[in-house]
Amino acid sequence: MNAPTELFNQHLIDPEICIRCNTCEATCPVGAITHDSRNYVVMADKCNFCMACVPPCPTGSIDNWHMRPKSAAYTVQEQLSWDDLPPALSEAELLAMGADASAVATAVAEVSAQSASSSDPNDVFNSAAYGATVPPWSAAHPYTNLHGPKAPISATVVGNVQVNEAGTANETHHIVLDFGPMPFPVLEGQSIGIVPPGVDAQGKPHHARQYSIASPRNGERAGYNNLSITVKRVVEDHDGQPVKGVASNYLCDLQTGDAVQVIGPFGSSFLMPNHPKSHIVMICTGTGSAPMRAMTEWRRRLRQSGKFEGGKLMLFFGARTQKELPYFGPLQKLPKDFIDINFAFSREAGQTKRYVQDLLRERSADLFELLKDPNTYIYVCGLKSMEEGVVLALRDVVTQAGLSWESLGSSLKQEGRLHLETY
Amino acid sequence: MSAINYSEKIPNNVNLAEDRTLQRALEQWQPNFINWWDDMGPEGSTDMDVYLRTAVSVDPQGWAQFGHVKMRDYRWGVFLNPGEQDRQIHFGDHIGEKVWQDVPGEHRANLRRIIVTQGDTEPASVEQQRHLGLTAPSMYDLRNLFQINVEEGRHLWAMVYLLHKYFGKDGREEADALLQRNSGNEDNPRILQAFNEKTPDWLSFFMFTYFTDRDGKFQLCALAESAFDPLARTTKFMLTEEAHHMFVGESGVSRTIQRTVDVMNQLKTDDVAKLRAAGVIDLPTIQRYINFHFSVTIDLFGADQSSNAATFYSSGLKGRYEEGKRGDDHVLKGNSYKILSVEDGKLVEKEVPMLNALNEVLRDDYITDSKGGIDRWNRVITKAGIPFTLKAPHKAFHRNIGSLSGTKITPDGQVVNEAQWMAKVGEWLPTNEDRAFVASLMGRVVEPGKFANWIAPPVMGINRQPVNFDYVRFN
Repeated sequence: MNAPTELFNQHLIDPEICIRCNTCEATCPVGAITHDSRNYVVMADKCNFCMACVPPCPTGSIDNWHMRPKSAAYTVQEQLSWDDLPPALSEAELLAMGADASAVATAVAEVSAQSASSSDPNDVFNSAAYGATVPPWSAAHPYTNLHGPKAPISATVVGNVQVNEAGTANETHHIVLDFGPMPFPVLEGQSIGIVPPGVDAQGKPHHARQYSIASPRNGERAGYNNLSITVKRVVEDHDGQPVKGVASNYLCDLQTGDAVQVIGPFGSSFLMPNHPKSHIVMICTGTGSAPMRAMTEWRRRLRQSGKFEGGKLMLFFGARTQKELPYFGPLQKLPKDFIDINFAFSREAGQTKRYVQDLLRERSADLFELLKDPNTYIYVCGLKSMEEGVVLALRDVVTQAGLSWESLGSSLKQEGRLHLETY
Repeated sequence: MSAINYSEKIPNNVNLAEDRTLQRALEQWQPNFINWWDDMGPEGSTDMDVYLRTAVSVDPQGWAQFGHVKMRDYRWGVFLNPGEQDRQIHFGDHIGEKVWQDVPGEHRANLRRIIVTQGDTEPASVEQQRHLGLTAPSMYDLRNLFQINVEEGRHLWAMVYLLHKYFGKDGREEADALLQRNSGNEDNPRILQAFNEKTPDWLSFFMFTYFTDRDGKFQLCALAESAFDPLARTTKFMLTEEAHHMFVGESGVSRTIQRTVDVMNQLKTDDVAKLRAAGVIDLPTIQRYINFHFSVTIDLFGADQSSNAATFYSSGLKGRYEEGKRGDDHVLKGNSYKILSVEDGKLVEKEVPMLNALNEVLRDDYITDSKGGIDRWNRVITKAGIPFTLKAPHKAFHRNIGSLSGTKITPDGQVVNEAQWMAKVGEWLPTNEDRAFVASLMGRVVEPGKFANWIAPPVMGINRQPVNFDYVRFN
């Protein structure tokens, strides 16, 4: 009865930046752009994504794309009433609007064999509501959507190694992709889409799966046009049933020299602060460590250059066991005065189960000092199930110190200081 | 021995390589143009590599090619928008006839005059802006200034192409004269007075590009309707570039306001002296600059009643703004239009035949369009929570052309006498002190990503480049 909602990338004009010069309307070959005395807008049913209007736009305001269900496309009337662009829908919101999880995955994140989890209507705490949709003020400007699904870019595998102990259950790989002479500029916190070869059970080409970038902006190897991603081989779904993840198995089995089809980059808010003395709190599990590795490594390179005065870095990293934890070895080598690392293992034999939220509560005194500092930015990345526990733990840390979570939480969101990326 | 490799050096879609007459005319003119650029173009810019947009064709992919180039080597091209098959004249006495691919003898003098007047403004503004690079508030702004300068240069080429191609010996002489007149030169000034004024500081520059280049937009829009097809197609393509100039103006003023309101909130004051001491331009001064540039620019549309305007329209040389989107008969013989005049010490509206009032029609369209940007500037102020509203002055304020010329009318439209005007003019138009203060802020800031204290950074860079990109390499 409920066919999955079809998604599309709606072309929008940012009314805050647009100068109403009429160039786009004059250029559009299919008459998809119209205006009133207030705004210039794109008619979703007419735009054929030919991009003819993009280079002539003097302001860049024309280059905005929001993933939305086709049935809920912004109407011309809605767009004409805007003073600024509304925030883009998050993955969770798209799902809530009835979108097919796999369709969401092409644009937002890898949702592998996701089981429908019914949310309790009595549960009033909505952790996702505290996630920022804006970047830190000192974020670098990201490039997004340079290569779309219709024209992926080809990258070459130049490295593929397992980054946790061989033989553990959650086999995780560190894969390095090189773009040769082709442009693919990225920032820490952004992600890319991988298009697996072949077709799915319905005979359609596979949709792209999204992976966070694990390397800093100037390359996995500094000064080279390459980047790395962290991929866990999916062998079972969230309910423990055996399922072979299409993209993750394809990626983990790649050999050096293989070509991979890539789209992106994606993401314009989960970005790191770049101002001196800005602090970063990183909370992650499993492959959610990828953006944390990217940010940490960028700060490490800056520190090595001696030209940047970084703030505190604090990492809370969870996995089932130490052997399963990606990048455990390299993390141990980082100087203690550079990064404050806290591990939580939930299935270590002979030890009580510990989750990242337990670590947050243990370190509440230090964490609170950082939380109240306006130069602190918090990043959460990992499985969906951790998100609520983590945000609740942050709330407890704040309220126990006698402050109001509602006011601090809302300023964290408004100032782009709390970023949630869970899947 | 051709001095120019046509297909390489002058990107064009007018089949220049095959047109011997045109080649010979341009061979003569091109070295003079380069000499003019060296003498009168942006000061001290010869060795700089500037991240510029160059048009190499008129399709969306070709017309915006970005790269670092020396301005002297900029590839000034000759481009016409693609022609429309069977395009018809859609206004005036010749409505329904085929558009002209050549100049009809009876309209030759008028068309030449229109093209020369338009062409004269292009090099004039380069001359007016030639010193501004020395006080650029950032590398980003310096690049934008230079982009405007080379595009004004290209617009000159576009007009010179029409003169060379369609007007024979007269046209060649007029093309030479475009390089001989100079802005502000007492012996040989530019044709329109506004283009002989100085552009002394960057706030004036932003106001000029917002208000005065918008006059250019409206003139080009009216010419893009022309029955003379090569003129219509040329000006249509120029409009794509003109948009960038207005962007520089609108965003430049907006960023100036942004910085001012940020400092107002930091210092929690609207005290002009304190704000000036903090090195930002107070909102009342910005209002006075708006009053000045708005009123001077609307004079450029000409007298409110003009028989020339009627002739240009009826003969099909120059239409109205968005002529094709209007619902009337496009001949206008029986129509009337309201213009302003002063009677018994009061401003009154009076009905006149619309054909004679076409300058006023274009002026009113312009006013509506330029008020839109002022509203957007006000949103910056409102967003900062500051109770202040910028306003366009009354259409009759500070006018020096037409029936309102010489009348004394306040920014809100009250007729006053000379003494009342003199008592208040310092609140309405920039004073010498205002200009001296703004001038005092003009220092050069050109490290990538750094901005002068009086202006906020832009929200995004050019062509998806970061704001701190090296838009200009000084070598």
